Amino acid sequence: MNDFEQFKQTFFDECEELLQQFEDVAGTLQAGANDPAGLDDMFRSVHSIKAGAGAFKFDRLVKFAHELENVMDRVRSGRMELAEGDPEFIMQAGDVLQDLVAAARSGVEATAGLEDEALARLQAMLAGGAAQPAAPAQMESAGEAGSGDFRIHFRPHRAMYETANEPQLLFHALAVLGELTAKADLSKLPELAKMQPDEGYVSWQMELRGAPGLAEIEEVFEFVEGDCDLTFEPLAAAPDVAEEPAAVEAGPVDTPEAKPAAKTENSGPAAVQSTSIRVELERVDQLVDMVGELVIAQAMALDSLSELVDIRHVKQLQALEDLTMRTRQLQEGVMAVRMQPLKALFQRFPRIVRDLSRKLGKSVRLELDGEATEVDKTIIEELSDPLTHMIRNCMDHGLETPEDRLAAGKPEQGVVRLSAEHRNGRILIRVSDDGRGLNPEKVFNKAVENGLVDADAELSKEEIEALIFMPGFSTAAEISDVSGRGVGMDVVRRNIQKLGGRVTVESTEGEGSTFTLALPLTLAVLDGMLVSVAGERYVVPLSAIVETVCPDASAIRALPEGGTVMPLRGETIRLIDLCQSMNLSRLGQPEPLRKLAVIVETEFGRRVGLVVDELLGQQQVVIKSLEANYRRIEGVAGTAILGDGRVRLILDIDGLATMPVRNPDARPQDGDTANSEEATGGLSA
Amino acid sequence: MSKRVLAVDDSKTMRDMVSFTLKREGFDVVEAEDGVAAIEKSADGAYDLVISDVNMPRMDGITLVGKLRQDPKFRATPILILTTEADQEKKAAGKAAGATGWIVKPFDPDQLIGVVKRVCR
Repeated sequence: MNDFEQFKQTFFDECEELLQQFEDVAGTLQAGANDPAGLDDMFRSVHSIKAGAGAFKFDRLVKFAHELENVMDRVRSGRMELAEGDPEFIMQAGDVLQDLVAAARSGVEATAGLEDEALARLQAMLAGGAAQPAAPAQMESAGEAGSGDFRIHFRPHRAMYETANEPQLLFHALAVLGELTAKADLSKLPELAKMQPDEGYVSWQMELRGAPGLAEIEEVFEFVEGDCDLTFEPLAAAPDVAEEPAAVEAGPVDTPEAKPAAKTENSGPAAVQSTSIRVELERVDQLVDMVGELVIAQAMALDSLSELVDIRHVKQLQALEDLTMRTRQLQEGVMAVRMQPLKALFQRFPRIVRDLSRKLGKSVRLELDGEATEVDKTIIEELSDPLTHMIRNCMDHGLETPEDRLAAGKPEQGVVRLSAEHRNGRILIRVSDDGRGLNPEKVFNKAVENGLVDADAELSKEEIEALIFMPGFSTAAEISDVSGRGVGMDVVRRNIQKLGGRVTVESTEGEGSTFTLALPLTLAVLDGMLVSVAGERYVVPLSAIVETVCPDASAIRALPEGGTVMPLRGETIRLIDLCQSMNLSRLGQPEPLRKLAVIVETEFGRRVGLVVDELLGQQQVVIKSLEANYRRIEGVAGTAILGDGRVRLILDIDGLATMPVRNPDARPQDGDTANSEEATGGLSA
Repeated sequence: MSKRVLAVDDSKTMRDMVSFTLKREGFDVVEAEDGVAAIEKSADGAYDLVISDVNMPRMDGITLVGKLRQDPKFRATPILILTTEADQEKKAAGKAAGATGWIVKPFDPDQLIGVVKRVCR
């Protein structure tokens, strides 16, 4: 069996698809009649899992899959109808199946008794249903007959030849079991002209000596049982081989094999190969890494040869340009390998919605859109939890109870919509509901209550709505066991940010809310803006940049608690001096007031200005983790190797925006009271 | 010339196992993922053996066996169906459709080769 060990990985990969397929249909099951094609799919999924599991001797999995398969077989063939409650149970059974597969995969024995309850119910379903048609009687076995010598009479019928069984091969198989002598009876052979190629004219009388047992002999004839006259008898001590009408050695009796010449017009199309192959993710990642290195090498080449801008080197430059283009294409191609449609992820939600709608007593319809949208696999994996949480949130807090909905003149059934699309090189995923929407007043009061904002703060509707993403904010007045597991929208936001994305909410009271996740297509490359500060270069994620302005020196104000702000079209923007934040020496650098302010938007939707010396240009960079290679640094999201061969830091905008202000001007004057009210100055300084 | 086998199964694991075992024995293996694909591949010439799963999307194994038997090229070709131990009905249905025999899942390489040798020269 060890020969097959190598296929375990394939098996488990396949199991994932099969389990998904099972679950997809299970989520649509209802009591009574169901879609036959779906039931077939479910049955086949379990069947394939069982077959594979058998090959690897995952006995518990086989046993459970076997019962589930039987139930599904009866349901699909109409011999069993799903009763009220059965669809839910089938889903649970799917979960158990999944757990058993997971246990088999991990090599750790599944919890004892894990499947017992479901197994018992499956068996009860089978026992309660129409009795399974009795299996055709097994071949009666003379079984006990031990080893020895046997006489075998064998007369094939036409049907045996029609199934391409050949006497000659059976003789070979018998000859392996013992010493075989065979005599053919050709007496029934007609004249050649009357002969039918696949009629059974010939019979054989055989003696097999030293056979291990009758069971082994019967096995040889297993496939032809019923298609021939066949008798076995133990050989008497004195074998009597007298009755032989026209004995012929059994050897080269050529079975009539009417093999018409193969049709030539069927020379046919080349075999259609399957359109996909399975590749381990690790290999793809290695490829992505290597291409990343290639991009860097190419950029370095470009950088170092940039002085060649000269008519004499036009050929070299053209070649270099060509290389640049090809490299970019190769990179895009390799990235595309990691892309997967969101379908697999989205398809988990019908079930979640179904379970939850029952639990909450709310009737909910889930609409899915844009499942074919492709996203980097890593991102898809990371999206499962946030999306699940958001959908739960919509159903628990967003949608009203059926009574409230009717009272509000809405259809009783609520709608949760999950959609995805590509836009401007990012992917947008929206989770929306047609529920009660956010009540700005309630949200604001809650935030005040939790000490997140001052009671007298004046916030716009958008700012108030954004408060729900603050740590410590819980929209549920009471924590329910549905969405209030101590995980709030702040965790969702953090998870999305980790992916280089952002989440926003738009809501109209009484009409519903829409949460929008904007994510990069891939985590491996980043479009960045290269900036310089005090002689150092940094990469600012392009997606965060709103605009760049040249602040009017006279408009910049220092804050009492340190830091500076500037007005921008009526808004007050906090300025973050990168020079300070990154602990750079300001000596010999241009005056801060002659600098540029790159206005960036934090994931929180707040705008801040990064004060830099110079914008050096836009560049796509390959992201390398700093944490993995060094350690985490506040305000830094990662690193990139640029064309000049040097490692540059990619700035973490949110990290920078939340870093405590290090104001060298405030500190020496006021020591530990830098934040106190007494610190002089103010907006009018 | 090595013998050609058409291995039909919607499960890649099963196809891999059958394929691996037979290739090691010197067979040329052509794979198909269901009955429809098998019919397509049957058009490109004769095979010395067909091994097919029963439960497959688009076209199941029993139907496939019946169709192949109608094709003069396959009239005398041994066709084995892959079935599970208890499935006497499937065995009978396979036989009725013209299957030469069956291979019981799960199988190990020796079992598979043992059965193949019983039906294939």
